[in-house]
Amino acid sequence: MTGQPLVRARGLRVSFISREATVTAVNGIDLDLDEGEVLCILGESGSGKSVTLRALLRLNPKGKTVMTGALAVAGHDIMTIPDGRLSAVRGKVVSMIFQEPMTALDPVFTIGYQIAETLIRHEGISRREADRRALELLELVQIPSARRRLGAYPHELSGGLRQRAMIAMAISCRPKLLLADEPTTALDATVQIQILLLLRSLQQELGMGVIFVTHDLGVAGEIADRIAVMYAGRIVELGSTVDVMRQPFHPYTQGLMGATVHSGTRGKRLTTIPGAPPDLRFPFEGCAFAPRCSHASDACRESMPAFRHPGPGRAVRCIRVEDAEIKHSPKRVSAMA
Amino acid sequence: MPELEQAPDRGGPAQPLLIVKGLAKHFPIGSVFRGRQVVRAVDGLDLTIAKRETLGIVGESGCGKSTASRLIMSLIAPTAGEIVFDGEHVGTAGGISLKEYRRQVQMVFQDSYSSLNPRLTIEESIAYGPRVHGIPHAKAVARAKELLEAVGLAPGQYARRFPHELSGGQRQRVNIARALALLPRLIILDEPVSALDKSVEAQVLNLLLDLKEQFGLTYLFISHDLNVVEHVADRVLVMYLGKVAEVGPGDAIFRRPAHPYTSALLASRPSMDPTRRRTEPPLSGDPPNPIDPPSGCRFRTRCALARDICANSAPDLAEIGHAHSAACHAVVPDSGYADSRRMVA
Repeated sequence: MTGQPLVRARGLRVSFISREATVTAVNGIDLDLDEGEVLCILGESGSGKSVTLRALLRLNPKGKTVMTGALAVAGHDIMTIPDGRLSAVRGKVVSMIFQEPMTALDPVFTIGYQIAETLIRHEGISRREADRRALELLELVQIPSARRRLGAYPHELSGGLRQRAMIAMAISCRPKLLLADEPTTALDATVQIQILLLLRSLQQELGMGVIFVTHDLGVAGEIADRIAVMYAGRIVELGSTVDVMRQPFHPYTQGLMGATVHSGTRGKRLTTIPGAPPDLRFPFEGCAFAPRCSHASDACRESMPAFRHPGPGRAVRCIRVEDAEIKHSPKRVSAMA
Repeated sequence: MPELEQAPDRGGPAQPLLIVKGLAKHFPIGSVFRGRQVVRAVDGLDLTIAKRETLGIVGESGCGKSTASRLIMSLIAPTAGEIVFDGEHVGTAGGISLKEYRRQVQMVFQDSYSSLNPRLTIEESIAYGPRVHGIPHAKAVARAKELLEAVGLAPGQYARRFPHELSGGQRQRVNIARALALLPRLIILDEPVSALDKSVEAQVLNLLLDLKEQFGLTYLFISHDLNVVEHVADRVLVMYLGKVAEVGPGDAIFRRPAHPYTSALLASRPSMDPTRRRTEPPLSGDPPNPIDPPSGCRFRTRCALARDICANSAPDLAEIGHAHSAACHAVVPDSGYADSRRMVA
């Protein structure tokens, strides 16, 4: 490994301020991502997974958001970089794909025009050259009859093709980091797997780092190298995809796995996680999952459990988990595999 | 004092609760400039649901599964076809009246928020149906409280709340309670857990299975999520572009799928094992536009098995096993498929 990781976050906190309440959606996250690595942030609605992703590009609404902590992406200090310079990072070094391509694409311009616009803006090339590159990109994301589709408006494409067009736009400047916010959730099953496989092959081809936000464990299993499980604004479990899916340690991760319907659950009652996530408007002491956890003790309610390291590359915020024998540097949350 | 009563079982256990024959819905679209066109959203749907069974309908967006549910609920008028409920024709002279049918068939929608009146407390929402059917207000509200209890919401805490004061999972419980208020026999569940988080989805699925036992219900369960359908359904019907591709017992559909589309759907599920990831997508492309479906078999444009015959004639649903039917030339003997040439793409 050479020097800095691609993404380095330390004590990242994101709060939203309104007249009624302050909601701390992300409450102290430490995260490292290597170049060319795929990390899935897994969590339910309100866990802070999308807010974390947006924080990496400082996309959360200005004036209503307070970000603290340290955050560096590809050598840029996201906390201090002025707005003017930030737009050179967005799209060029870091780009993003969203869940709903219909709202992320501009409805009044053709797909080809929108891709070329990104290229002209960041690479300073001519329109003719940008058009040629846009065609290559549509072919790269396997859009059939790409030349004809360059002239298509977003509404003329099916959901799968729109998502492919958005991916083409996102990778047009060969970003080092691709952020994906549930890009397959709105798609049909047969199209979802196509997009996942496409993202995987593009990631390998271009060597991008990817942070992929999802609520679907199966999707994470198809694409991620590592999984970070978020609950109530904090990462509660981190490890390689195989480790986390084979042997989850945190009771919340275990609960999620038990609650996921798959072949083999027929006729059985699903194990559920009782209750609901905490209301983040009200600050709480201790482990946020304790009120729903069947193993919770007084110690859980007193203070937020620190990370324990039950194995190489693994970190779990639960006092019931024992540290493994292997020595870990205590500050390094995410040991590299 | 009037009181709602569970409608009697008229036909006996052998009589299917619901029989749908040749149900079709064609939506006119187009304009004076482009001429008249129709979308055949549902094009000749046959199905039966036995008493106390759960029939799952799966399919991708645009396959007509939600239109089918609205047709069965009589929320929209069909272009063709008939519905027989427990041996009685629906909405015709001598059959069951529409009002009575709609009391015995209830529905739960995907969007828990937009299906509740934001200006009514949830106890009023649940009591609304019984009041329409002549139950006095006080009695209907008392019954609403019992139902809230049955779906796991403490009436003392929740009965006077408005929909926006509840979480998505709680609202869906309210919708289920409201569906139960009229003592229905059939509940149509249209993607009831699709908008919920996984941990809440499991709670609601458990609740639905409990209520089915408790009240002796029959479910028509519509979902795009094969895992959920496999979990709840006794029989499964797979739809593709407005037509039935395959129907059969859950076990047969999930273990021995016959139609190539069913196989592809099953193979599109994430593997849940990161060491054995998918390498090839089972299908390429999106489902075609239902305005202009392919000739012959509607799946042929994405089907690896397609031959000339598939473009020339639409396969009928044919029995291929015990209570198991598929609409595919390739799996039905004597269809002429074996003699047909491979399609030249």
